[in-house]
Amino acid sequence: MLHTVNKSPFESTSLKTCLGLAQSGSDILLIEDGVYGALAGTIHTAMLAQATGTISVYALGPDLKARGLPEDRLIPGIKVVGYDGFVELACANDKVQSWL
Amino acid sequence: MSETKKFMYINRRPPYGTVYPLEGLEVVLIGAAFEQEVCMVFISDGVFQLRQGQDTIDSGMKNFSPTYRALGDYEVTRLYVERESLEERGLTEADLMPLTWEDEDDDWAEKPSIQIVSRAQLSDLLEEQDVVFNF
Repeated sequence: MLHTVNKSPFESTSLKTCLGLAQSGSDILLIEDGVYGALAGTIHTAMLAQATGTISVYALGPDLKARGLPEDRLIPGIKVVGYDGFVELACANDKVQSWL
Repeated sequence: MSETKKFMYINRRPPYGTVYPLEGLEVVLIGAAFEQEVCMVFISDGVFQLRQGQDTIDSGMKNFSPTYRALGDYEVTRLYVERESLEERGLTEADLMPLTWEDEDDDWAEKPSIQIVSRAQLSDLLEEQDVVFNF
């Protein structure tokens, strides 16, 4: 299943809830303000860094770029994708769960 | 009626995800015409509004970050950024846009607008205000 998260982990529990329910082998795509969850060196980094072992975590490049977040500041293991990658992920998974 | 009041605009949200930061910025610029004693505060995810290097070209949104540079010309010269909020987000002052204003009382010297303050200092500043707006 593909999970999308569009809220900042500093403002909402969306990412935490998503990580609690996403099973290994799932894909998580961070979009909009959700991309702040991809940052290394924050008080929420550990939560997502642990998950990257069993879950594939992606962040939407255009949303990172809009917010001035360079790829070298992201948690290692997180893959940056474009809108085409978003479409590919949606097609590759049988379901999409949006944590709004 | 010419009494000057202390106005504080508190920004707590990150840019682009909602319309609050842009709307808040426009209110500050409009309010500047009333010549009050104005300051802006950036706390929580609001600190991300001042992040350097914002580039919305791929996402098709309006990049309003250059507008913060105009604040000095509107005599909005005090932008308080909470140190704890930066630290929680792995940010330092170097990650923020360099914003300045020109001091006409000091031969138009360029001075930094951003001041990094502690939560305790911010608490005292908040108490001093006559009017507080939240965005």
